[in-house]
Amino acid sequence: MSHETTTGARRTYVAVYVALLLLTAVTVLVSYVDLGLMNVVAALLIASVKASLVALVFMHLKSEDRLVWGFALVPIAFLALIMLGTLVDTMLR
Amino acid sequence: MAQAAEEPGSGRGYLAESGWRSWAYTMDHKRIGVMYLYTTIAFFFIGGIFALLLRLELLSPQAKYFSDHTYNIFFTLHGSMMIFLFIIPAIPSGLGNFFIPMHIGARDVAFPRINLASYWVFVAGFLVVIASLVSPMDTGWTFYTPYSAKTGAAVATLSFGIFLLGMSSILTGLNFIVTIHKLRAPGMTWHRLPLFIWGMYSTSIIQVVATPVVGVTFLLLAMERLLGVAFFDPAKGGDPVLFQHFFWFYSHPVVYVMILPAMGIISEVIPVFSRKPIFGYKAIAYSSLAIAFLGFLVWGHHMFTSGMSPLANAIFSFLTFFVAVPTAVKVFNWIATLYKGSITFESPMLYALTFIFLFAVGGLTGPFLGALATDVQLHDTYFVVAHFHYTMMGGTVMGFFAGLHYWFPKMTGKMVNEKIARISWALVFVGFNVAFFTMFIAGVKGMPRRYAEYLPKFQVENVISTVGAAILAVGIGMMFWNFLQGLRKGPPAPGNPWRALSLEWQTPSPPDTENFHEIPVVTDWPYAYGTPKGPAA
Amino acid sequence: MSAPHEGHGDPRVAFESAKLGLWTFLATEVLLFGALFTAYAVFRAKYPALFHSEHLKLNRVLGTLNTVVLITSSLTVVLGVDAIRRGKARLLERYYAVTIVLGAVFLCVKYIEWTGEFHHGRYPDSNIFFSLYFMMTGLHGIHVILGMGVLAYVVVLSRRGRFSGEYHTPAEVAGLYWHFVDLVWIYLLPLLYLIG
Repeated sequence: MSHETTTGARRTYVAVYVALLLLTAVTVLVSYVDLGLMNVVAALLIASVKASLVALVFMHLKSEDRLVWGFALVPIAFLALIMLGTLVDTMLR
Repeated sequence: MAQAAEEPGSGRGYLAESGWRSWAYTMDHKRIGVMYLYTTIAFFFIGGIFALLLRLELLSPQAKYFSDHTYNIFFTLHGSMMIFLFIIPAIPSGLGNFFIPMHIGARDVAFPRINLASYWVFVAGFLVVIASLVSPMDTGWTFYTPYSAKTGAAVATLSFGIFLLGMSSILTGLNFIVTIHKLRAPGMTWHRLPLFIWGMYSTSIIQVVATPVVGVTFLLLAMERLLGVAFFDPAKGGDPVLFQHFFWFYSHPVVYVMILPAMGIISEVIPVFSRKPIFGYKAIAYSSLAIAFLGFLVWGHHMFTSGMSPLANAIFSFLTFFVAVPTAVKVFNWIATLYKGSITFESPMLYALTFIFLFAVGGLTGPFLGALATDVQLHDTYFVVAHFHYTMMGGTVMGFFAGLHYWFPKMTGKMVNEKIARISWALVFVGFNVAFFTMFIAGVKGMPRRYAEYLPKFQVENVISTVGAAILAVGIGMMFWNFLQGLRKGPPAPGNPWRALSLEWQTPSPPDTENFHEIPVVTDWPYAYGTPKGPAA
Repeated sequence: MSAPHEGHGDPRVAFESAKLGLWTFLATEVLLFGALFTAYAVFRAKYPALFHSEHLKLNRVLGTLNTVVLITSSLTVVLGVDAIRRGKARLLERYYAVTIVLGAVFLCVKYIEWTGEFHHGRYPDSNIFFSLYFMMTGLHGIHVILGMGVLAYVVVLSRRGRFSGEYHTPAEVAGLYWHFVDLVWIYLLPLLYLIG
């Protein structure tokens, strides 16, 4: 079973870890600035970048085949669906 | 197909080992499937008894035998048991468990221990559900808030029980998805899979994606009861309709969990008993996926009268009509398969043809409910009750019966009495239509559902319906009695009594524990009936 | 799928199956938590003022600390997987043990937070914001506990000498689950603590 196990890989993990800490700091600091609706957008964007780093690097999604990618992405599509369908009702009543 | 018709049997095959431990700790998918079948069929009977009690009460317009509260409990238990304890698990976890590995040429599912766990989680679930009967639910199987949050019944217990049943369903679906992706025999490409597998694969996707949502919903309901959380309580800013959104996000797709496996069975049976290849294999295969996907887009059509925004109403109504398209594709392809086939009417075929007819009726009454304007009149009337009994019983249950008759010889190594099978089919067919067709009429005339008392003008339909229910009950009783007799004293079954081509029929009846002595190498699809490559017509 | 194989017998297939099985399970978790995120979206849209006033009452310092704890635990997990891929079972056990400790730290901080809320009279039935807060962090906390159990089981298996560079499927699969627990928290932090 060949996997990435070089020191380069370990360095990448640590680098991503540092990035995640920095992004956490950013999201906390940004929350102290009043940007109105943009606060929500910024927070979700930063969270999604963090999540992507965890998924792609820590969960090794980057090196997986299309099948695994499908299993990872399809549920998110369904999540978007339930949110959309529910909000179309609750926000427009 | 690589393997020759029949292998010498080794006696009792997978049934050889006896003793309760050989069943309770088994990791053989066939035994797990059999355990699920016995359990779900037992609940079919219990749920059926509640139905007969309802029909007894409905003979007269007044509440004669039971109080209104008791009646509410009966229809809640009838619906909940039939849905959660019978119809959702029966084909997937019963017949699916038995035949999915055999259809794809594997020795077992991907995760046999998780498979066994799913059965015991199911048992735990139904035990907890039964425990909740100390204070039975009277909310209807839909458990709408705010009543379900306030009623004196054991809601939290029942919620936990249903959560466990959902977990069992998820584990089964997860197992099947990975099994179908990873354990197909060499040469078993996706387009050589039996259509039962396409149906089961689509079903498993729904189970995995939809069930967690209802799991959380019941969790939140239990938390509202126990901790007073505010999600569905308007007094605290919650939204009772949010419960409905979450509930139906699962409960609409779950009707496709119910129907897709049955449709898969029909796609297996029709070609065998027409001695013709299935017409439009790819269309049927992909229509299963389409139904699974489209089924997620329409849940709001159960909520048209609940106070949703007009835009949501319109969108859900519009999308509802699309689901009919892949379904119709299947019906047309089955009919095209029958066309110019050499049709014989053994019991599996009788039920398969019945499925097509009754499901078509049920399906065609769907658009009346999907159309906003008519739904406003028909919602919560007996029209709806008739619609879902035609689709769920006329559809799924008939498909289940077809599968039971078709696969009985393979699972048990015995044959049933075909004459009794046909007589009981006739009783079932007549009884079903008499029982349920009049409900369309009563519904259009305005009779509401879930009422023990009704206006005298609906009595004729109700009496006819009860008579039909009695006939149906006799037919079903005779059918299962026939199975019991077959189990005990039926003549031994050959490996391939129906001269079918899918892989399970290339093994002895009953199969050996490891399914195949050697994993087959697949070279063709399993529908070459009546063609040069296939068996003699 | 061209060459004949023995299904479960083939270790490559078994590993790929286990991985797919875990991703399928994570799909169910996405929808499980997703329904709660949907409820969050619904009520936030409905009661923006309430969400603003209530979210300020949460302890951001502890929330951020817990985020750092979980992110660190994801690092220790992935380094543990990296270790066993190189056949270093002892190192795997140490990394996973650290992860479990970090999980325990997370739970302790959560405990402090929750008792703090109770002390101020804020309970799950106080209002819809706190219903969401307690339900979402509570469900997440249960997953942390379960994850710790799974990781501990992996450590036990490793100590029994079951893993090697070639076979260490439970370690990989448990690691994926733990990362998911981290992922959910990555969204919970801003949505509950930071944006009102």
